[in-house]
Amino acid sequence: MAKKSYRQAINEALAAEMRRDERVIVMGEDIAGGMGAPGEQDAWGGPMGVTKGLEPEFGRDRVLDTPITESAFIGAAAGAAATGLRPVAELMFVDFMGVCFDQIFNQAAKFRYMFGGKAVTPLVVRTMYGAGLSAASQHSQCLYPVFTHIPGLKVALPSSAYEAKGLLIQSIRDDDPVIFFEHKAMYDDEEDVPDESYTIPFGEANLTREGDDVTIVAFGRMVQFANQVADKLEKDDITCTVVDPRTTSPLDEDTIIEMAEETGRVVVVDEASPRCNMATDVSALITQNAFKALKAPIKMVTPPHVPVPFAADLEKEYIPSPEKIEAAVREVAAA
Amino acid sequence: MQLSRDDLLKAYRDMRVIREFEERVHEEFAAGGIPGFVHLYAGEEASAVGFCMNLTDVDHIASTHRGHGHSLAKGCDVKGMMGEIFGRQNGLCAGKGGSMHIADLELGMMGANGIVGGGPPLICGAALTAKTLKTGGVAIAFVGDGGSNQGTTLESYNLAKVWNLPAIFVVEDNGYAEATASAWSVGGSQVKRAEAFGMPGYQVDGHDFFAVHEVAREVVDRARNGDGPSLVHVNLYRYYGHFEGDATTYRAAGESDKVRAERDCMDIFRRRVTEAALLDKKQLDAIDREVESLIDDSVAEAKAAPVPTAEQLLTDVYVSY
Repeated sequence: MAKKSYRQAINEALAAEMRRDERVIVMGEDIAGGMGAPGEQDAWGGPMGVTKGLEPEFGRDRVLDTPITESAFIGAAAGAAATGLRPVAELMFVDFMGVCFDQIFNQAAKFRYMFGGKAVTPLVVRTMYGAGLSAASQHSQCLYPVFTHIPGLKVALPSSAYEAKGLLIQSIRDDDPVIFFEHKAMYDDEEDVPDESYTIPFGEANLTREGDDVTIVAFGRMVQFANQVADKLEKDDITCTVVDPRTTSPLDEDTIIEMAEETGRVVVVDEASPRCNMATDVSALITQNAFKALKAPIKMVTPPHVPVPFAADLEKEYIPSPEKIEAAVREVAAA
Repeated sequence: MQLSRDDLLKAYRDMRVIREFEERVHEEFAAGGIPGFVHLYAGEEASAVGFCMNLTDVDHIASTHRGHGHSLAKGCDVKGMMGEIFGRQNGLCAGKGGSMHIADLELGMMGANGIVGGGPPLICGAALTAKTLKTGGVAIAFVGDGGSNQGTTLESYNLAKVWNLPAIFVVEDNGYAEATASAWSVGGSQVKRAEAFGMPGYQVDGHDFFAVHEVAREVVDRARNGDGPSLVHVNLYRYYGHFEGDATTYRAAGESDKVRAERDCMDIFRRRVTEAALLDKKQLDAIDREVESLIDDSVAEAKAAPVPTAEQLLTDVYVSY
């Protein structure tokens, strides 16, 4: 198996699904680049080069550059999905949901329910999230809890290149609207990724580490940090189970509860702002269902309740780091 | 109205400050000293300066992600700007905003903006404040050709018209929204869009400071006199990529060099004022030297300034909480 980056894994998933099903189209701002310009076509492949190569293979009819009009093209993707296409729209940064959110949460998310089960909306919105590149307050947020809150949407948070490919193929084949979150600091992360297509089902958590002392539930990039901490602490005879829920909607509640019961000590790691985020959600879930098994209060590792800062030192302080996760695990283990 | 000698000197200096600032940010970014996303205004100076020279501190502007030029033209402190872009405590926003969120509300600079089309509604608000409180102020939204297609921008045209606001929409069309040509992405014409909303629309050559300044004076006067909003479509060119690091392969080979050589707004200005004997070359060269040293100092100060402290991460989220 070849080592591939998170970027390449996503690109492969898109290309494979476009070959497999001609109803799959992709659209977004400079998703190819060079539209109407005198120079190179496919000049960008999106701002991070994730979709590069799709336009030469599939042409402009299936790889649609858009004007900078998120309301219009995200809404158009929802409309196209409800009428027979399977669009994958790129919302460049999830922060831009502010421009187009109505089309996602009042329109796409609710078609099926409002229309008495008659609508099928196989829409995927790929979007970039997360801090780490000094992209400041309007380009660094982790807004997946907001989408998780909306009934009718599914939310995927791939934590590695392998996960990204399988979860994206699943997202494209899924008949409901899926918001697919790509962490901007992970595009160069590499691991073994099969060449062939495969799917990872939604709502089935992955145990990336298994241990006896502490259960860490982590989301997206935080899974990588949790794995690092688990590997380090093993040398100090603290063994951890790391639960990667993979999707926040649907959420694999059974596995989370079971793993919480097994160790009785839980740390939840979430890069999203601390109020009403996945950490609070999972903590409530465990407290309701596994209270008697808990040997210590659940610890939540999150950023503080502030916007994401620009200055690199402040941003470093903001992000839930492996060091902060380690401290929380040690504290819970000792309690 | 003939520009005075002092006006001409100020116009040249303001443009030179922006050019020098952006060229240095370009170098410093390449050297690795500046974090995050940076979008440079070099090549577009005549627009920011042509408009902002018609404004005072009672007036407001809102900018785009390409905001350094507008900020400097509105009077933002050069050293505070450079400090901000480096993410230092001496920055205008204490290092918390960075290039895309630079602002100085006391000067009526309502911020660069990370959201395309974020500024026009804000400027309707600033214009409403001016109208309600009778400050005599006007408000300008600078928008790119990309931003001109956002719903927020078109809704703002309508709102400004129906509320008869002292608002001005300046569409700076540098030919490309990111990597997409405005020739493709903009349906219809900017001027006709303005007319469709019932406001006057103008098109002006953004390489020509004098042309920009003249149109700007007319639309600012109209707004100040209570006669409502206007739109100006400015044709110009950005010398660098959409962001620093953009290889700009979507442009024609040599395109940027050709504009620099043939239509540079600074060169055109120099030629015009010296040929007409309004200013002499020595005065302009002296400004160049003074500005270069100011930018040198601003970079040195930024690099020497302390980074924000960990405590500052938690401050200024609310007034009280």
